[in-house]
Amino acid sequence: MKSNLTVFFKGVIDVSPLMIPVVPFGLIFGVLAIDIGFSPLETMSMSLIIFGGASQIVLLQLFSGGASSLVIISSVGAVNSRHLLYGAVVSEHLSDLKLIWKIIVSYFLIDQAFARSNEYLKNNNQKNKYFHLIGGGATCWIVWQTTTFFGIILGSAIPEKLGLSFAVPLTFLALLVNDFRKLVNVIVIFISGLVATFGFNLIPYKAYVIVAALVGLFIAMILTKSIKKDE
Amino acid sequence: MSDWVLIICCGFITFLTRFSMIALLKKEMFNDRIREVLSFVPSAIFPAIIFPAIFLDNSGSLQFEDNPKILASIIAVIIGILSKNILATIVGGLSTYWFLIFI
Repeated sequence: MKSNLTVFFKGVIDVSPLMIPVVPFGLIFGVLAIDIGFSPLETMSMSLIIFGGASQIVLLQLFSGGASSLVIISSVGAVNSRHLLYGAVVSEHLSDLKLIWKIIVSYFLIDQAFARSNEYLKNNNQKNKYFHLIGGGATCWIVWQTTTFFGIILGSAIPEKLGLSFAVPLTFLALLVNDFRKLVNVIVIFISGLVATFGFNLIPYKAYVIVAALVGLFIAMILTKSIKKDE
Repeated sequence: MSDWVLIICCGFITFLTRFSMIALLKKEMFNDRIREVLSFVPSAIFPAIIFPAIFLDNSGSLQFEDNPKILASIIAVIIGILSKNILATIVGGLSTYWFLIFI
């Protein structure tokens, strides 16, 4: 059996290519938070306590727009609702773990680590395979804390003109490279994207993410069912 | 509500969404059909973040003209289909974007 450390570093290596776009994302977060008026300590604590790029950016956006705490918290919850599905997907591989390990794995269950570890968890059967997810999550944790820190220091020195925020959708786009060739996935991708784009202003509380995802999943359910019937 | 309480609440709800399913679901609750549908989760969720970030401007309205992000994303998708490489997709998209806005 592979040692815990071997599996951990497999996770580190697998997730590393996805860390490059996290760098500008973390810097942008640090710069924005200071700009809005959070203290350096508060900004650093957000990255340590929340540890979620999308959640933290939503928090900043709504806070600077003067939204109430209740709206901010429920919006963060809505943006995070995708983690419920990640958790549901990986839970079958983690059901035998002790509570403390479930808590640790949960803290590290982020987009990039999920995307890379999901495949690993499906294709491997050794007991310690969850170390792959911890390795990926820990890698992102270090990059996220470091870049937040440098973002705080850099302040407004980073030119907005560089358009680094575009790195965010590009990262998520790159996570889907394996799905671009599958017809059902492409249909689901377009439907979810369109629902989110047109629902952005119509669906309250930033819930467009979860609404679009549920519509996408529903379509996937129908399409995969009808394909089976034809066979 | 102070900033600190807000930050801690946001952290707690983020953790809760990650933890709840891992803590509650049991292995026996999954069959092949559920697994098949759940394999579409990335395809269903990521576009909800991608599309608005590409097609909407800062004020939240649709922007098709004079939007270099659209062409850069198309190039990124083509590179992704051809190479199946995550890093090449990101680098290709970002360099196309910089090429378009600076030249």
